[in-house]
Amino acid sequence: MSSVTEPTLPLSAISARRFGDLHWTPARAVLIGAIALAFLPLFAGEYWLNAVLIPFLVMSLAGIGLNLLMGYTGLASLGTGAFMAVGTYATYNFLLRVPELPLPISLVFGGLIAAGAGVVFGLPSLRIKGFYLLATTLAAQFFLEWLFNQYGWFSNYSTSNSISAPRLAFLGRDLTGPLGRYYLTLATAALLTIVAINIVRSQTGRNWMAIRDMDTAAAVIGIPVAANKLLAFAVSSFYCGIAGALWAFAYLGTVDARSFNLDRSFQVMFVIIIGGMGSIAGNFVGAAFILLLPILIDHLAGSAFGNLIEAGQLENLQKVLFGGLIIYLLIKEPAGLTALFGTLRRKLGFLPRRADALAHSSDQ
Amino acid sequence: MSFFLETLVGGLLAGVMYALVAIGFVLIYKASGVFNFAQGAMVLCAALTFVTLREQGLSFLTALAIALVVMVALAIVVERIVLRPLINRPPLTLFMATLGLSFVIEGLSQFLMGASVHELDLGIVDVPIRIGPILISQLDLAAAASAGVLVLALSLLFSRTRIGISLRAIADDPQAALSIGIRLPSLWRIVWGVAGVVSIVAGLLWGARQGVQFALTLVVLKALPVLIVGGFTSIGGAIAGGFIIGASESLAEIYLSPLLGGSVSNWFAYAVALVFLLIRPSGLFGEKAVERV
Repeated sequence: MSSVTEPTLPLSAISARRFGDLHWTPARAVLIGAIALAFLPLFAGEYWLNAVLIPFLVMSLAGIGLNLLMGYTGLASLGTGAFMAVGTYATYNFLLRVPELPLPISLVFGGLIAAGAGVVFGLPSLRIKGFYLLATTLAAQFFLEWLFNQYGWFSNYSTSNSISAPRLAFLGRDLTGPLGRYYLTLATAALLTIVAINIVRSQTGRNWMAIRDMDTAAAVIGIPVAANKLLAFAVSSFYCGIAGALWAFAYLGTVDARSFNLDRSFQVMFVIIIGGMGSIAGNFVGAAFILLLPILIDHLAGSAFGNLIEAGQLENLQKVLFGGLIIYLLIKEPAGLTALFGTLRRKLGFLPRRADALAHSSDQ
Repeated sequence: MSFFLETLVGGLLAGVMYALVAIGFVLIYKASGVFNFAQGAMVLCAALTFVTLREQGLSFLTALAIALVVMVALAIVVERIVLRPLINRPPLTLFMATLGLSFVIEGLSQFLMGASVHELDLGIVDVPIRIGPILISQLDLAAAASAGVLVLALSLLFSRTRIGISLRAIADDPQAALSIGIRLPSLWRIVWGVAGVVSIVAGLLWGARQGVQFALTLVVLKALPVLIVGGFTSIGGAIAGGFIIGASESLAEIYLSPLLGGSVSNWFAYAVALVFLLIRPSGLFGEKAVERV
């Protein structure tokens, strides 16, 4: 786990100097974005905070987790939901059984347990790849979901094995209200995003991308392939675990294992396909897209046809639209919407190309 | 002992049902190297088309014929719109495209034909009959018989016809096959069409068992372990894998579940698949993939 705690500032400072551009270091971009989002509650109502912004940030975080594994290291996983569940149940048990621990520490411990689960289910990746690896992550998905549903200990023997957040508090402040939960999510997401940006631009990130592009060649130039694959599983699951805990406690409030079923794994995968594989910013684009599109369709259908179209049919249309969009993107722009925006920006030519260079340095 | 036998035979026959879905995968994987996640959606689409037509009062054969046309048309459209633009892309990209495709097919079928559960009556009573000391479901027997016919027909197709020989050439060495003038796109259409036909058979049998509904798409997830055990490239392997998965799953459900306190069948198939992956990654009958740098 050394890469997670690697010093973040010096690295971004070095890369900024090398690019000769002090305005667009990714860490600063994140900070600016985070500050902008921090002032958003002044304008946005409680509905937007609860139903859009919090899930947006959490989904972006889960997207970063999967992207580190799938987009950067080239290891496909459908176990995202399971690793989110591990993080959730672990954090829950830390909060419940060791109440002295401050909230952030419980979250980090939850993430670390998820990382451990990731390493265990990532072990087969040392021998197999591609679809076969998908199958082992599916095994994680089904087994862990069953485990949390089956044994009451994980959910403190509550009825129907569902868990609710214990009191969320940090430094004596109560974070249970919408604003508190929003700032908790925002701070966590901003911090972890900066860390992720620095990981992918560090030696570790370069190693991962080398393995993704051709693992034999990576091994030949002396990259420890096995250790790096397992590290990718660990870091990815750490992110997913924390995202899961936030999804459960900051967004939904009450969850059971089914909240982290295979559909959740697919949803996160769609975030990274739509946003862009191998791009950190893409996760935010993808998450915004998959959360806003259903709302948009609802409003459009509502204003265009009144209530003529029933909810079930809208959901079907939504599926067709998502599926079609994924196929379209894979054909036309495999690097996702982020790359599409990049092309657009270059064509319009009103933003400095520097940003493009940065964005492309992390592309495939 | 007869209880054990009954569980075993029941599991083996249930495995045939899994194998029916797995065969569709194998066909497409062999011919185009695509892991077709949309197979489950195709099963749903086929069954839904058939049952909707039946409810409109069409006869069994007419409904079957129209469902056949629909599945072949789907194959042609998929080849043109999805597969052709994605030629030479990494397998993972193609997999994700079929993921998108499954959403489109599911959404569209349910949009056009409704999402409610339909009863499907094939004229087979799902009442167990007694053979020797054990009880066996008639539907399972019918499924086994159809699977047998299907495998026979497919192996004839592969060994006796020109199409089959071209398909084997493609599976063996796509480059060489292309260079001697085998047309890849038209073969893909054929293979997806055949996979569509297989999904009609699977859809009807699964639909008769649990009703035609959205849950049919989930059979995809049961077929994946079958493929891993049997190998991605062998139809016989799909059947053998189905037997192994079906039998071990139902035995585990009876003998292991009480020990662990609950339905282990959710994940047991994957545990078996995992063991096979670690011992024999290419499956029982799969071709060993040679990786070139």
